[in-house]
Amino acid sequence: MDLNILWFILITVLYTGFFILEGFDFGVGILLPFIARNDQERRVVINTIGPHWDGNEVWLITAGGATFAAFPHWYATFFSGFYLPLFLLLVALIIRGVAFEFRSKEDDPRWRAVWDWSIFVGSLVPALLFGVAFANLARGVPIDAEMQYVGGFWNLLNPYALLIGVLAVVGFTLHGATFLNLKTDGVILERSRRVARRLWPVVVVVLLVSFIATYMATDAVAQLGVNPGVIPIGAGLSILAVGYFVRRRMDGWAFALSMLTIGLTVVTIFLILYPRVMVSSLDPAYSLTIYNASSSDYTLRVMSIVAAIFVPIVLIYQGWSYWVFRQRITADSHLEY
Amino acid sequence: MDPVLLARLQFAATTIYHFFFVPLTLGLSILVALMETLYVRTDKPVYKQMTKFWGKLFLINFAIGVVTGIVLEFQFGMNWSEYSRFVGDIFGAPLAIEALLAFFLESTFLGLWIFGWDRLSKRVHMATMWMVALGANVSALWILIANSWMQEPVGYALENGRAVMTDFFALLFNPHVLVQVPHVLMSGLTTAAFFVLGISAYHLVRGTDKPDVFRLSFQIGAIVGLLATIWVILSGHSQAQHMVQAQPMKMAAAEALWETEDPAGMSLFTVGDEDELRDVWAIRVPRLLSLLAYNQLDGEVQGMTDLQEQYETQYGPGDYVPPVAISYWSFRIMVGLGMAMLLLAGYSLFLMLGEQLENPPRMLRYFPFFIFLPYLANTTGWILTEVGRMPWVVYGLIRVEDAVSPNVSAGMVLTTLIAFTLLYGALMAADVYLLQKFARKGVTEDVLPAGEEGPIPSLVGD
Repeated sequence: MDLNILWFILITVLYTGFFILEGFDFGVGILLPFIARNDQERRVVINTIGPHWDGNEVWLITAGGATFAAFPHWYATFFSGFYLPLFLLLVALIIRGVAFEFRSKEDDPRWRAVWDWSIFVGSLVPALLFGVAFANLARGVPIDAEMQYVGGFWNLLNPYALLIGVLAVVGFTLHGATFLNLKTDGVILERSRRVARRLWPVVVVVLLVSFIATYMATDAVAQLGVNPGVIPIGAGLSILAVGYFVRRRMDGWAFALSMLTIGLTVVTIFLILYPRVMVSSLDPAYSLTIYNASSSDYTLRVMSIVAAIFVPIVLIYQGWSYWVFRQRITADSHLEY
Repeated sequence: MDPVLLARLQFAATTIYHFFFVPLTLGLSILVALMETLYVRTDKPVYKQMTKFWGKLFLINFAIGVVTGIVLEFQFGMNWSEYSRFVGDIFGAPLAIEALLAFFLESTFLGLWIFGWDRLSKRVHMATMWMVALGANVSALWILIANSWMQEPVGYALENGRAVMTDFFALLFNPHVLVQVPHVLMSGLTTAAFFVLGISAYHLVRGTDKPDVFRLSFQIGAIVGLLATIWVILSGHSQAQHMVQAQPMKMAAAEALWETEDPAGMSLFTVGDEDELRDVWAIRVPRLLSLLAYNQLDGEVQGMTDLQEQYETQYGPGDYVPPVAISYWSFRIMVGLGMAMLLLAGYSLFLMLGEQLENPPRMLRYFPFFIFLPYLANTTGWILTEVGRMPWVVYGLIRVEDAVSPNVSAGMVLTTLIAFTLLYGALMAADVYLLQKFARKGVTEDVLPAGEEGPIPSLVGD
């Protein structure tokens, strides 16, 4: 296996980590106005992700940095081409990140309402945009022989991309609900269980439709074959298991299987892409691949050594932080810090 | 409008805004960790109150530094895609390493610190703040390694019109890194020290029911402030000496030195003509620039006219003189503020050693305004560093007009520039509002319980 493949895998891992982790805190943010009905409940819901959201977001920053380092042309084409969606993403992430810190610093209910809505919008919009962006990566966008994106903004908002955007929104929302099932108590727990039960069939349907649409909109047949293999099928089976565990109130299992569903779905998209990193809809020869978009071998080697040392360390201390905050958060917990 | 200019304005706006908040994060993380260490070692509640009070201000400031940092990382690809293609092999590596080594550390341990007061032992809790401080300052190290390569490219080769890395360690030990890193890290500490001094002075002058907290904070601010300011000035001096060698054009612009001189005089005040590259009116001190550049009374310092000629032969026709007025004045403002801060930090130490904090002198009233001095110095320092490098994005390798994204229109850049500016303006207003609110409030009851679920008296017995 050459280093280009290794880095393709590593970036897949980083995005997968980002989506299964930040996915639930996006979901909790989307659920905030529906599950929490007063200020104290909102505080409880926000505190479930309080210690984690920032660390989760670093998975995205690392994925972005790794793309820049390992596949500079991918980074350059993707970021300059998807200019306006990324701008909207940045605005959403900015107001969201600030909102977590600012909301409780002032008692005025209008102040808090502004930041609570920022959390909601700042969670919903990125979920949608990430779905749209990744769908377009796989579906193909106009990229010319110079590796430049030559489509406009509206080109990115095609029906298939929007469908995957919706999948991301409902999938992350369900993921957030299974996380709240694990971390809350009392009336909030009741509401989030109800949301999880009702949302689950919707996710199953959207996932199924997305699966079919992916076969129609992308070259999945060429990449995966008619029998797509164990990974996409695994995603389908695990979402079914999520429903079972949600009903049985086996919260740990439901959350774990929800993580698995998201992880396998992300991996499926990367499998369709491979060995390309961006598909050109103009000419297959213009597609960016792990070879024509990559850094030199020397850089990849340096980065491989750095990653081999530090990725395990990060996993250990981030895992530890989840362990420290493993208890359920109730209305009696110490909420203000 | 010119898309290159717009992209540059956007980069300037987002970077200045980002670095407006970052230095306080760099320095205050260390001071808060220090305060908590004092608490753990002495078990005195006053140190816990300090930790909580300054920690809260740290968090308000931290949030904006984080969210604006993401914009910076994305912006290289969004507005500067040709730059990214050209340097990705080299420049992407420190960025990715920064995220992996520093951002994870900083964010994960900050989460543990904020929410961990009841869940971690005192020692472990203290250690989490040190990890935050380490993460913040290590991230500065890596981004400066990346920036240094733009100032002084090393360890690379040109292949197929792209720069590729040939020696990773040359990047790390770039001479520019060695002079820039101490300067930036120490200006972070200086910023934090003046922040602590200013707010402590406010409470000491106005009177507070927790005078110990602010007296001790003032003392920490004075000691750290003086040491850090001295270090900033010394490292700044070595950076300028290095600049004479590595980026003579930037130095010539910063000094408004039009012609090569030996010995070179230093301008105290120049009104110049940027088109003709000459003085309209100037006061110069003979030999001073040579002295500063070489620690001796003579030595050649190159001027802009000669460098322009030299670069035209080397790189072909073009204008290689950076905006002189901006470079010249930002340099002077930065250095002037540095000197002022040195005096103020010395004065603070004098007050502290003279035990004059009990009956604060009138001068202390003005300390809250001095909080802004390091901010202004940090900003002007970066303006000199970046503007003085023009027209290059990477010194000697790629020019700014060749670095922008060809497929991003001026309208798109203008739209996002306006939106970011408005958003940043609103956030800065909210941030400054919160900072002054909690700074004025002082050590309040909601700070006192400090993580213990029980009532306050548990602390009194400590």
